[in-house]
Amino acid sequence: MTKAITVSGLHKSFGRTHALDGLDLEVAAGEVHGFLGPNGAGKSTTIRVLLGLLRADSGAVQVLGRDPWTDAVEVHRRIAYVPGDVTLWRNLSGGEVIDLYGRLRGGLDTRRRAELVERFELDPTKKGRTYSKGNRQKVALVAAFASDVDLLILDEPTSGLDPLMEEVFQACVEEERDRGRTVLLSSHILSEVEELCDRVSIIRSGRTVESGSLADLRHLTRTSLVAELAGPPDGLSALPGVHDLDVRGHRVRLQVDTDRLDAVLRSLTESGVRSLTSTPPTLEELFLRHYQGEAAESDRAVAR
Amino acid sequence: MTMFAVRPGGSRHLAGTGTLLRFALRRDRLMIPVWIAVNALMVLSMPGTLEGLYGTPAERADLIRQVETNSSLRAMVGPVFGDSLGALTAWRVGVYAGALAAVMSLLVVVRHTRDEEESGRQELVASGMVGRRASLTAALLAAAVANGVLALLVTAGLAGQGTTGALALGLGIAAVGMVFATMAAIVAQLTESARLARGLTAAVLAAAFVLRAAGDSGTDGGTSQAFGTGGGSSVPTWLSPLGWLENLRPYAHERWWVLALLAGAVALQGGAAYALASRRDLGMSFLPTRPGPASGRLGSAGALAWRLQRGAMLGWSIGFFLAGVVYGGMTEGAADLVGDNEGARRIIERMGGQSGLTDAFLASMIGMLGLVAALYIVSSVLRLHGEETSGRAEPVLGHAVGRLRWATGHLVIAFGGAALIMLLAGLGFAVGYGRETGPILGACLVQLPAVWVVGGVAVLLHGALPRAAMAAWGVAGAVLLIGWVGPALDVPQVVLDVSPFGHLPKLPGGSMEWGPVSVLTGAAVVLVAAGLAGLRRRDMST
Repeated sequence: MTKAITVSGLHKSFGRTHALDGLDLEVAAGEVHGFLGPNGAGKSTTIRVLLGLLRADSGAVQVLGRDPWTDAVEVHRRIAYVPGDVTLWRNLSGGEVIDLYGRLRGGLDTRRRAELVERFELDPTKKGRTYSKGNRQKVALVAAFASDVDLLILDEPTSGLDPLMEEVFQACVEEERDRGRTVLLSSHILSEVEELCDRVSIIRSGRTVESGSLADLRHLTRTSLVAELAGPPDGLSALPGVHDLDVRGHRVRLQVDTDRLDAVLRSLTESGVRSLTSTPPTLEELFLRHYQGEAAESDRAVAR
Repeated sequence: MTMFAVRPGGSRHLAGTGTLLRFALRRDRLMIPVWIAVNALMVLSMPGTLEGLYGTPAERADLIRQVETNSSLRAMVGPVFGDSLGALTAWRVGVYAGALAAVMSLLVVVRHTRDEEESGRQELVASGMVGRRASLTAALLAAAVANGVLALLVTAGLAGQGTTGALALGLGIAAVGMVFATMAAIVAQLTESARLARGLTAAVLAAAFVLRAAGDSGTDGGTSQAFGTGGGSSVPTWLSPLGWLENLRPYAHERWWVLALLAGAVALQGGAAYALASRRDLGMSFLPTRPGPASGRLGSAGALAWRLQRGAMLGWSIGFFLAGVVYGGMTEGAADLVGDNEGARRIIERMGGQSGLTDAFLASMIGMLGLVAALYIVSSVLRLHGEETSGRAEPVLGHAVGRLRWATGHLVIAFGGAALIMLLAGLGFAVGYGRETGPILGACLVQLPAVWVVGGVAVLLHGALPRAAMAAWGVAGAVLLIGWVGPALDVPQVVLDVSPFGHLPKLPGGSMEWGPVSVLTGAAVVLVAAGLAGLRRRDMST
């Protein structure tokens, strides 16, 4: 499969701040790729490097097979970008900005533009500053979805959109995927990510900490178990992969790394199982675990 | 709770003013002191300079006779009301100091009112324990503090020449500042854009300057009437707050009632601003934004740049043309100048020409417009900076638009626009004066290499040192100060040579020198090229 974006060992510092510290990212052509991480992890910095607005200190970056710094214009011809905070010119109407952005990309599909304006319920005659945040966001989204490009880079594109518009947005992204386009979606809205993304990359402190499909990632997390046993549990705490073990008489609560589930279940059945509830990891848990810094991780290790 | 119930809409309107004032002064902790220092230095350096130029009573009598008989000189600096060093100081810099105080005040007020609303910051501030009138009050108080300190410095610094006159001049300058502070407060209620509010208030100030100049050139004012006993300024002068400052007559039998006129204007305008502010919603304005077209024709980065800059371009064009017409109309009287006084002649010559006093007048007026054009080019080039730091450049550059193409659109307008406004000024002179059109147009265009060098410095700063881009204003200000005040201050040639304008041939009247003109043009090209090279290589700031 060809790659739309390949980034390896990307470093970028601003003075003494290391915004990106060896970041890796691979986005396959035709997929919707979730780009996740806590605030300040370096998502927007990465996106600005991908757009050639910032120059990488070191590391290899390729977007659509080209170097975004040296071939910025050529790369941009095939990219649509939506920032998380759209700033408009106060004396230009939304319609004018959409058309300007379209022409700067070498023309836009007027039928699709009209359809999108309709679907997003945008009034294109209002001027820059009079739009609310959500409506400014819509201006950029309409311009992006109406243009004929290979790659969409969306940096928290739905901030400020209402749930209805959020739905319209998700439908648009799915249409883009169906047309074979690639989408890099940076988002904090987990339901959106779960709904849309084929694969996700999670970054923290300028480094990629996890990358893969959601199913892959789920596999790496913990399942919660609550069991009512016939007798006292035996040797559970000694098993690898068991966390937050809480035994009260015959009642056991624990979390277990999903790939160690087998051994734990075997140990439980040895004591005799009266009832068993197993809860798969929620997406929130999955992200929270990755978002938390190393400090939190080691705290938990001590507390264990 | 009871307090709200008992006094609905009462004193709580001013809640938080103190905090906001401290915050405003902290945000302006660099800007206000610099404005005050430059202004005070200009005023306080005058007595010494004038002493050197007009040391003897004979020389001063001579100077006063010149001002009496020469309308163009009066247009530039107004009538003289006395022959003491204090009176001469008030005559030479009073109006300019008042104008500087006015610019400082309008910048401060707009920055803390409309700017805050336009950016959306005000919303968050207003959601706190902040009264409805607190922001406007804090902005006006910040301007009052700045003008008060300036008045104090001027009064203390000139006390050696006589305390009464020093107080009158100090208070007069500060009062003019406050007139424009309250004027800006009104305009800030009318427009939705801070840029437009600043532009409109500055246009009022420019009109005040032109009115005073026209009024003073048309009448021999109080000059001849044995200093201050009789005579009066003409109507146009009385229409201008800067004319009032002049008519306060510091060091020449001060007319204190003029101060009451200034204070009255401040009170009236302030009241109007509050009345307007209380009748509108936050962020709204009395000149509301109209809807725009549903689809647009803009199709390139260059077209966008033109669309963004055309309004300002139009304003500058009209201003320069009108200035040309007015100054052209005054040129006739310049021939009356009797150059008996060596000092005054030297000033005029250093400001402009070598032979022919009409030519000297034209040369100094055109030179002055050239200096103002440097302000235009800096404001135009720094649009790049504004677009970049506001985040609006980012999505444009995210398209198939190279940085060079993005920058070029704005730079063509900046550098070509400078040529256009100088050309229009020349046409204005042709309309107002009607003679020597060719040489005057040439003289206007010969300013361009120096204007472009200043623009080039701005491009270089933006390209290579984006964080210091705003320093381009400092460069333009320094050039303006050297060109405007330098010749009268007898500063060494080395300092005058720092300004690119110092190297231009003195036209009309002097001979065209292609050498310095080519060198300056070359320097401008190199500066722009270096700036663009820097822009290509650096990170875009966000």
